[in-house]
Amino acid sequence: MGFKNSIAWYYFSAPKNFYVLAGRLIPWFWGAAIVLLAVGLYMSFFVAPTDYKQGESYRIIFVHVPAAWMSMFIYLLMAAYAIIGLSWKVRMAEMMASALAPTGAMFTFLALWTGAFWGKPTWGTYWVWDARLTSELILLFLYIGFMSLQSAIDDPRRASRASALLAIVGVINLPIIYWSVKWWNTLHQGASVSPTMAPKMASTMLTVMFIMAVAFWMYTIAVVLMRARRIILERERQTTWVMDLVKAGTGDKQ
Amino acid sequence: MKTRHKRMAFILVGLAGLAVAAGLVLNALNSNLALYISPSDVLAGQAPKDKAFRLGGMVVEGSLQRQEDGLTVHFEVTDNHKTIPVAFTGILPDLFQEGQGVVAQGRMEGGMFKATEVLAKHDENYMPPQVADMLEKGEKAKQAAGATAP
Repeated sequence: MGFKNSIAWYYFSAPKNFYVLAGRLIPWFWGAAIVLLAVGLYMSFFVAPTDYKQGESYRIIFVHVPAAWMSMFIYLLMAAYAIIGLSWKVRMAEMMASALAPTGAMFTFLALWTGAFWGKPTWGTYWVWDARLTSELILLFLYIGFMSLQSAIDDPRRASRASALLAIVGVINLPIIYWSVKWWNTLHQGASVSPTMAPKMASTMLTVMFIMAVAFWMYTIAVVLMRARRIILERERQTTWVMDLVKAGTGDKQ
Repeated sequence: MKTRHKRMAFILVGLAGLAVAAGLVLNALNSNLALYISPSDVLAGQAPKDKAFRLGGMVVEGSLQRQEDGLTVHFEVTDNHKTIPVAFTGILPDLFQEGQGVVAQGRMEGGMFKATEVLAKHDENYMPPQVADMLEKGEKAKQAAGATAP
């Protein structure tokens, strides 16, 4: 069993095989993302009950919280690929780390932006320099730094190594974001959902939030696989299989 | 040990070292990372004397008083231990309520905190109004039962 798995692992860490597999998987993830997003958004507006204190304005939570989760999950995943790429020198892992960064930055921005629009009607301000908001902003800068560093160095292997180091150092920020509301007093409220406590939300609201989170995951996987395929073609353009692909004029087919 | 395992161990040890360093730095900065100061700490003299700071706590039930000019409000902020009276002229956020969290920016003048900005701090509970009503009724019933029982 373990032997078989390790063969699959090696097989798909070859860019050529990964390229084919990703091409087959992308439509399925897109389909799942669109269906779940449609269901999740419909439920966010029409099924989830009104909140007893905030009324309707709390509904932005169904985008805000899943986006904030994704911003941290994607960073963790990116750093994991960076570690694998750095210590095993697996090219595919380096490429996956690069492919994840823009989507992670997008979700971080989405979390900050929806948070600002939620903060104004409830707290009375768009922004406050408390520990939670500030550390999430630092996360956005880490993503931007990762991407800029990568594009500043011409040799892709060296660029990957340098940016991987930045990604790994930035992991320190994740527990700070997550526990900031517990460690320091902040304007941002504590966690409503956490692995160790009973959720502090009505169950319908919780269900909608999880549907949205899964929808975001599906979207992320679809987009990241597409981006990874593009990066593979770019980096492996000297190999015969890419040249054959281009010659056949089927660059977009599997 | 293979080279790749060595590299991996090197990265992980480096990361652990960084985590310790970050922990020490954050611990040293602890009081500066807090957004607000509680009434007890303010009265214990831990708030800056002639600089603006943020005061945080709960608005005391029944303490909200509108002044004659219609814009100025007086209320009290507590941490269930000490209480500080607050004066504020301006528009309060929608979620500002007695018994709810509040963060006010301003400075102490005499015994009173003159706020220039008041922000509402809400909690992490979300539920439909019906459930909130039910919980409140249940709480009242419990208190009534507690009062009659020996």
